[in-house]
Amino acid sequence: MKAAPFDYVRAESLEHALDCLHHNGMDAKAIAGGQSLVPMMAMRLARPTVLLDIDRLPELRQVSIETDRVRMGATTRQRTVEHGTELHAALPLVRDALRWVGHIQTRNRGTVGGSMVHADPSAELPLAAVVLDATLRLQSQAGGERQLSAQEFFLGPMFTATGETECLVEIEWPVWEGHVSTAFDETAMRHGDFAMASAACQLALDADGVCRRAAFGVGGVDGTPLAFPQLAEQLVGYRIDPGMARELAQAALQQTEPGSDLHANADYRRHLGVVMLTRVLLKAAQAHRASPELQR
Amino acid sequence: MADPKHPAYQAFKYIGRHRRAVEHRRFVTGNGHYAADVVPPGLLHVAIVASQYASARILSIDTSAALAMPGVHAALTGEELNDAVDPMLPGVDAPKVARYPLARGVVRYAGEWVVAVVAESRALAEDAAEMVSVEYEQTPHVVDPEAAMAPDAPQVHPAHGGNIIWQRKFIWGSVDEHFAAAEHQLSYRARWARSSTVPIETFVATCSWNDATQILDVWASIQMPKYPDLLAKCLRLPGNGVRVHYDVDVGGSYGLKRGLKHTILVGFLARKLGRPVRFLEDRLENMRGGDMQGPDRIFDVTFAFDGDGTIRSMRMRAVDDIGAYSGRSPLQLGKPVGAIVGPYKIASVEYDAYSVMTNKTPQEAVRGFGQAPTNYAIETGIDRIARHLGMDRVELRRKNLIHKDAFPYLIPSGTYYDSGDYEAVMDKALAAAGYDELVVQRDALRATGLLAGIGVSTCLEPSGGNSAFEPLFNPKNETTTWMDSCLIRIDLNGAVTALMGTSTSGQAHETLVSTVVGEVLQREPDSIRVLHADSLNALPSNSPVGSRMAIMLGGAAAGAAKILKDKLLTIAAHNLQAPKKALNYEDGDVFVQTDPARRMSWDALVDIAHRKYHCMPAGMEPGLQEKFCWEVPTGGKMPTQDGRVQMYPCHSFESHVVLSSIDPQTGKTHLHRYAVGHDCGVMISPDVVHGMTYGGVAHGLGAALLEKFAFSEEGQLLSGTFMDYLLPSAEEVPSITIVDHCTPSPLTAFGQKGSGEAGYLGGPAAIASAINDALASVGANINELPMTPQAVWRALRAAGVKESE
Amino acid sequence: MSSSLVTVEITVNGVVQPRAVEPRTTLVDFLRDHLGLTGSHVGCEHGICGACSVLLDGEPVRSCCMYAVQADGMAVTTVEGLAPQRGCLSKLQDAFCETHAMQCGYCTSGMLVACHALVERTPQPDEAQIRDAIGGNICRCTGYQQIVDAVKLATSPGYQVKEARAQGTEASHG
Repeated sequence: MKAAPFDYVRAESLEHALDCLHHNGMDAKAIAGGQSLVPMMAMRLARPTVLLDIDRLPELRQVSIETDRVRMGATTRQRTVEHGTELHAALPLVRDALRWVGHIQTRNRGTVGGSMVHADPSAELPLAAVVLDATLRLQSQAGGERQLSAQEFFLGPMFTATGETECLVEIEWPVWEGHVSTAFDETAMRHGDFAMASAACQLALDADGVCRRAAFGVGGVDGTPLAFPQLAEQLVGYRIDPGMARELAQAALQQTEPGSDLHANADYRRHLGVVMLTRVLLKAAQAHRASPELQR
Repeated sequence: MADPKHPAYQAFKYIGRHRRAVEHRRFVTGNGHYAADVVPPGLLHVAIVASQYASARILSIDTSAALAMPGVHAALTGEELNDAVDPMLPGVDAPKVARYPLARGVVRYAGEWVVAVVAESRALAEDAAEMVSVEYEQTPHVVDPEAAMAPDAPQVHPAHGGNIIWQRKFIWGSVDEHFAAAEHQLSYRARWARSSTVPIETFVATCSWNDATQILDVWASIQMPKYPDLLAKCLRLPGNGVRVHYDVDVGGSYGLKRGLKHTILVGFLARKLGRPVRFLEDRLENMRGGDMQGPDRIFDVTFAFDGDGTIRSMRMRAVDDIGAYSGRSPLQLGKPVGAIVGPYKIASVEYDAYSVMTNKTPQEAVRGFGQAPTNYAIETGIDRIARHLGMDRVELRRKNLIHKDAFPYLIPSGTYYDSGDYEAVMDKALAAAGYDELVVQRDALRATGLLAGIGVSTCLEPSGGNSAFEPLFNPKNETTTWMDSCLIRIDLNGAVTALMGTSTSGQAHETLVSTVVGEVLQREPDSIRVLHADSLNALPSNSPVGSRMAIMLGGAAAGAAKILKDKLLTIAAHNLQAPKKALNYEDGDVFVQTDPARRMSWDALVDIAHRKYHCMPAGMEPGLQEKFCWEVPTGGKMPTQDGRVQMYPCHSFESHVVLSSIDPQTGKTHLHRYAVGHDCGVMISPDVVHGMTYGGVAHGLGAALLEKFAFSEEGQLLSGTFMDYLLPSAEEVPSITIVDHCTPSPLTAFGQKGSGEAGYLGGPAAIASAINDALASVGANINELPMTPQAVWRALRAAGVKESE
Repeated sequence: MSSSLVTVEITVNGVVQPRAVEPRTTLVDFLRDHLGLTGSHVGCEHGICGACSVLLDGEPVRSCCMYAVQADGMAVTTVEGLAPQRGCLSKLQDAFCETHAMQCGYCTSGMLVACHALVERTPQPDEAQIRDAIGGNICRCTGYQQIVDAVKLATSPGYQVKEARAQGTEASHG
């Protein structure tokens, strides 16, 4: 399983990277951690003739934590987010999601942006991105910068809105005001595998446990991860109980079109999606009485 | 774990003790010597062009573009190869089911090798392989074994006439009578899906032909009986024209690495090109076209039993899907004949076995050689009988287990079980698991809304290896020799070296042999060096299969060591002028019992043997080198007309106790507690035995819950990478408690029985037992492996369980 | 097409190793084929089995999932570099021998790398942490039990290395 031949270009600056993409288009592929790309190249499912290494660009690795948002360079290592306690405080849902991502070796190299661009419908970070309505910034030499919401970014399985000459440069995560409760759950065949179905939820609850703001979504049950902002609105003003959680979960999963594969057929996935989403809604709802740090 | 305490061990100084394996020193420092580490100068590399289709005619092959690429040396097809080599033949009488390394004219499974491209590097070979174009015309295919048995099914090998490569119905004892007299019967189907042992190292074969010496050197990750001989025969070389280097460390095999077809291909290429050639399967090639998948079996079983739980008789129909070609795979229906009643006093058995070909990857030998699926099928029935009668599953077993005073016990199919105490092992496992607390824990889990169950299995682990299934399944094959050997030298400096004649894939044979030789010669085992011979200077061996090496290699090492010890005593007697029976041998020194001052040291005896011929007894061979080659105990007989034969000599035994819970909403299983009671007689190397038992449990867990080579209707392998074929990690395998028991074998040098298959043979049955115990509480059951979350969920749905909606 | 070779300088087990490589050469193939360090093993080439694990700037990574060119200027430690010095074993290596934490040895290099990294970070890991640390390393021989035992043993207070001599570094007598 040796990759097809390619030329290697190490980007010396973002400008240089964009120039390379501009001139090579589809024949070039950017690589940072490579945890998804290198295996695909080994199987010759991906065969760029130019491999553009953007892993060492400091401008793509900056993380800035502000009161209302976190700006995360695309090549921020998953490990950085996993171990960064300040990031946990600002983005507890992303911290929760990371606990399910692969294994230590893959998180040591894998990047947040890499997971986004790879766009596996079962991947955890893309799910967190759509639930939190993250903004993804792309740059190209000819087109400058443009930004997309996460839901606009993910178009289908392994397929994003990234143009041939574009590079993902930043993910901006909204940070909610005040205290939030979060929960992330998935059912996978083994620990660290991609989910057969996953669910993520973030709630802002007042002192009485009444929901003031909500966001939730599911992964692995459609071509992309999906969030349900309109359904989430229905939670505002209520204390979430099991019946409500299940009803909402069922309503959400009605809107999905799960695929079938070796380990999980469509009907099973849909069922799992309901179970996972119900559980995270309840877990997040019940967590607000616990200490601010959500224990998994 | 503390050293075992059974009285049998008191006789030994080194056997049965904790000892660090000799092999580990090189593994922990990265100094293993695996086949892929061998890089002869000028090495060329092979990549394979494989068939995309399950069944097709090959219309044309165009290798011109590939051959034109720089660095490419050859693009070999079956047209050239298959005229130059002899075919590999099945283990049963089916001469029209011939196999060659490369397809010719037709392809019979998706992944079958069509062209072998050879280049300066593996990467270049893969580049060139992409440039080969093959034109196919698809033909009808069949992937379901029961469909394949129908007379109008597409034929995988039309010349054979039908897809059943072998079939026989055995009737041992008065089956009809016992069924008629029994109060109850129950029938069920149990399905063991195709899984395999999937070692982390793929198969590697490197060959180098020397024109001057006319020897083909082979370095391969091999675990196979008669490999050099079959290789030489197929390559049309004399037997002494092939030198297999057994000192290659094999990265796991568990029965599987029978890469004869890989090696024939590479051997041919090495001779043709005049350069060393290596084929190192990548994982994709290995999973799909390496022919290393395991049993794929449908059991239809009926038990006849009485209301008090006594099991009278069993009818078992076993249909095994061996894929498109046959190696020894049909014989995996044969080995279980030697333990067809499990550990139970069942008086008669009807065994109707079918080996069926389909357009799928061929099957190869997997740990246990068919015993694990058979144990799963039997144990499924035991639990069902208990449930049917409202009897406790443990009590039902207790009632039917062969009693400890009944050994040697003759089972209906002609095998004597040498020794055992099955009830004691089961009780030890129950105690180790803390059965009463398990029940409490199970109920507590149920109270939280989970399904929970306890699983029990009691399973035979036949050991010692024997070829008895060969003549059983093919009367034209009169093979009854199943031998092993050891050569031991004591050199001029008094150091001991032993030579073994086959490969090792994790069984710590160097440790085994040095422990045994040290025990007999009373010399420190760490001072004894054990080497792997090559096939030209090796004494005969039938390789580490059938859990045989502790018995056979251990026995050979003991045999040779005893002859050497006796020789030393004879030299001492001659020089001390005392009769041998008046002498004591202690740690290699010899002295007169009644006058210890009259003594000769090891060094002095060695010196005489090597240098002082004038001090040697008359007619004695100079030097100190002795060999021992022997036949498997109880072996050497042909089967009877009605298919009775002593299969393996020794019978180890295991009992598993497992606590599992199932999340009814997701179908996901969690194993909370896992205990194994294990009896393999005297353990020469307890650490080694325990290690293989833990590993076997993990293998069993994979087969039970996760692993399947799944095929589409079109015969495409769906689980051909590690992303889809799921191997259990340390997160999936629970903590395991092993408790030992010892019923020494009367047949072996130290009372040892074999134990390479422990854990795997009883594990899937126990996990299935636990899951079905959990499911029984809601009227569901599952009789097909693997019991994946989706499969469990479907079983719950079928039973109308509310949470699964 | 043939691609042009790229010069890389990777420090491996403390030694700077300049080489010219094809870009598509993975780090594991570089270590094995270009440097002759065959202690790291190839099991799957798609990032699952972990047999190829090495330390990259001190952190465990799958060396089949990166190209050597990506590791230019970085430091790699392979299993051959885990022992404190020639003729000695590390506590983990020694404990692996004591608890019989390997059989065929093929996954062992990767396991040791993962365990060394764990112990650096967490000097007294509990069972859950150990299983998590080796969760990305598949073993088909051991069932993991004795590997977990080895890490516990190596990190237990006062553990002394018994294997003072690795094979072949000093003459052994008797």
